[in-house]
Amino acid sequence: MTDLLAARTQMAVSLGFHIVFAELGIALPLLMVLAEWRWRRTGERAYYDLARRWAKGTAVLFAVGAVSGTVLSFELGLLWPGFMRHAGPLIGMPFSLEGFAFFLEAIFIGVYLYGWERVSPRAHLAAGIVVAVSGAASALFVVLVNAWMNTPVGFTVDAAGAFVNIDPVKAMRSPAAFQQVLHMLLASYAATGMAVAGVHAWMLLRGAAPAFHRRALMLALSVGVPAAVAQPLSGDLSARVVAETQPVKLAALEGQWETERGAPLRIGGWPDASREETRWALEIPRGLSLLAFHDPNAEVRGLRSVPPEDRPPVRIVHVGFQTMVGLGSAMALVALWAAWVAWRRRDLSSDRRLLRALVIVAPFGFLATEAGWVVTEVGRQPWVVQGFMRTAHAVTPMPGLVVPMVTFTALYVGLGIVVVALVASLVRETSGAHA
Amino acid sequence: MSEAFGLPEILAAIIVLSLNAYVLTGGADFGGGVWDLLARGPRRAAQRALIASQIGPIWEANHVWIILVVVLLFTAFPAAFAALGIVLHIPLSLMLIGIVLRGSSFVFRSYGAHDDATQQRWGRVFAMASVITPILLGVVVGAIASGAAGAAADRLTAGRNVSFVSEYVAPWLSPFPLAMGALALAMFAFLAAVYLALATDDAALREDFRRRALGAEAAMFVAAFGGLAVAHVTAPHVSGALTGSRSVAFQGATALAAIAALWSVWTRRWLTARLAAALQVSLILWGWVLVQYPFVVPPTLTIRATAAPRTTLELLIGALAAGALILVPALIYLFRTFAAVRR
Repeated sequence: MTDLLAARTQMAVSLGFHIVFAELGIALPLLMVLAEWRWRRTGERAYYDLARRWAKGTAVLFAVGAVSGTVLSFELGLLWPGFMRHAGPLIGMPFSLEGFAFFLEAIFIGVYLYGWERVSPRAHLAAGIVVAVSGAASALFVVLVNAWMNTPVGFTVDAAGAFVNIDPVKAMRSPAAFQQVLHMLLASYAATGMAVAGVHAWMLLRGAAPAFHRRALMLALSVGVPAAVAQPLSGDLSARVVAETQPVKLAALEGQWETERGAPLRIGGWPDASREETRWALEIPRGLSLLAFHDPNAEVRGLRSVPPEDRPPVRIVHVGFQTMVGLGSAMALVALWAAWVAWRRRDLSSDRRLLRALVIVAPFGFLATEAGWVVTEVGRQPWVVQGFMRTAHAVTPMPGLVVPMVTFTALYVGLGIVVVALVASLVRETSGAHA
Repeated sequence: MSEAFGLPEILAAIIVLSLNAYVLTGGADFGGGVWDLLARGPRRAAQRALIASQIGPIWEANHVWIILVVVLLFTAFPAAFAALGIVLHIPLSLMLIGIVLRGSSFVFRSYGAHDDATQQRWGRVFAMASVITPILLGVVVGAIASGAAGAAADRLTAGRNVSFVSEYVAPWLSPFPLAMGALALAMFAFLAAVYLALATDDAALREDFRRRALGAEAAMFVAAFGGLAVAHVTAPHVSGALTGSRSVAFQGATALAAIAALWSVWTRRWLTARLAAALQVSLILWGWVLVQYPFVVPPTLTIRATAAPRTTLELLIGALAAGALILVPALIYLFRTFAAVRR
């Protein structure tokens, strides 16, 4: 394994680990606040217990998210000093703002978790709201940086390759900014909401504490369903920006080798870089032109329009994209089904087929997030700053990078196992208390 | 930008202030973990319970200071950040592992199963990580202060990569940085002991932490003077600067604060002790800054040479001012809310 690949793998593992906790850290506080708000309004004990339980989950997941986020902030320099030396002054603004959002989150999560008996009911609920809002704000600022890497603006490059005439404010408003932030926030609410709904659906199927889990299910769905249904629309928006600003990435997403008018949409398929073709795909004529440019005859640039060394690893990107879209669509369909049942005023918690479907799609949101992150990051390769700086020029000169990569991977695998076991025990504990 | 003290210097000062805040708050949380590891005697369980109750509500907020330091460093002094990321890769990675394990094991212990085996396992990880992380932080600072990290970075920039050990290991795995690691550990343990003594009504528990505070202060003297002696041999420019005319007055003030801290702990004046301890530790930190001014990473990377373009610095100052307007009241609210238990 080359040092560059080791560095990329370590970054991918670190981000892939952190992103799950980041999503939970954004959406779980919202659920916790909703439960507390219902409790204050209705006085029903089940909502109070729910708020306490979700708060416990938030406490554990937020802490792991905070420390794994710290690792990322250092890794920018440990792995990508070349990138930071040039891009630091441009993208430091959103990172600094994120620092303040994270500060608020950390302060008020302390108030929320340890302040049940110390602050007034109103202040407690407000603390929870601050946690939920600043979590979303953190995500917004961090994703602005990634959007800039995909669609960099706000600078010129001098003869020595340095970024000059920089405009950090313009860099925050890069072309991909709005769509990427929207997509990430919806992903957080959809993945978390549907995963939590799946957990409580599972408990309902097992007949555990129906009154408690029914309330939990409804609250989780109230967050997860709208986000899961809206996400495919936001994805369409994102794809159109990618089509305009990163045509090579779009070609990799779709396994499109030739530049052609009326390009087909490929479902499935296996891109073969040596033969420069995508085989065994189900092709919908003119579908890609229609989706990406809203014009069935639009020209779509193919991968062959750039030399091989400027193309991303097509197979990973294409399969990742298909996985994300497939999982997201399945989740959106189940969400629509749940919305339909609720709209017909039927009891969701006794619809066993729906509950089973909810259990099946529970992990889909997080899996789709991982796949989507692979799509946006691998799809940008070989660039770290699209069109301006190659990832190979950003990496640290330190040799032996496979060692930290293996070390951090082992650390995160271990932590992941502990967290899953701990959350599972929290869920069991809850049921026991309401049996 | 011809003025002697301009935007780059202001931002450098803000970074040191943030590091100062981290040392006084997050540092003390690590120090709490040290005393968890060293909990002894009949009140062992009570000591650990007090530590956990003091850290619990605030450690995450305290931790954000180090993130702020990193973010401000790479925004305002990107070349310095890049140089440090390259040559101090190993100790920084080890420090990160310590940060991850400390934070995770603390919540695993707080929210995990309550059986003794689980509690002990995570308690041990928490305590060990709380010891290792400050040492590595001190080592990193020592490697920067001694000029060895900067020299290694300069060699790499010039394309003179001597060997893996000379570039990536020797700058930090040497006597002076290790002495600074010991000093950081003793400082954090000292702060924690002083804070903890003030935080309990239990007289016996207070005495436990009073003894620990005195022991940690003694360890600080040993580490500081040991470091100075080592510097005299291995990094004469550092010891020269420390005892030079520019900083001798400053060192005098540090000594006075140390005496005040020692006296107030000795005579059980806990509020004074807390202030004097915080002052002493802060002065040690600023003493380092004074010695290496105007360098971010000596011997060549100065504040001016590594500063980001003016646009960035201006925006950053604006963002920091706006952020502080929200942050300061929020922090005060947090500490006040839990002051009743932190009396």
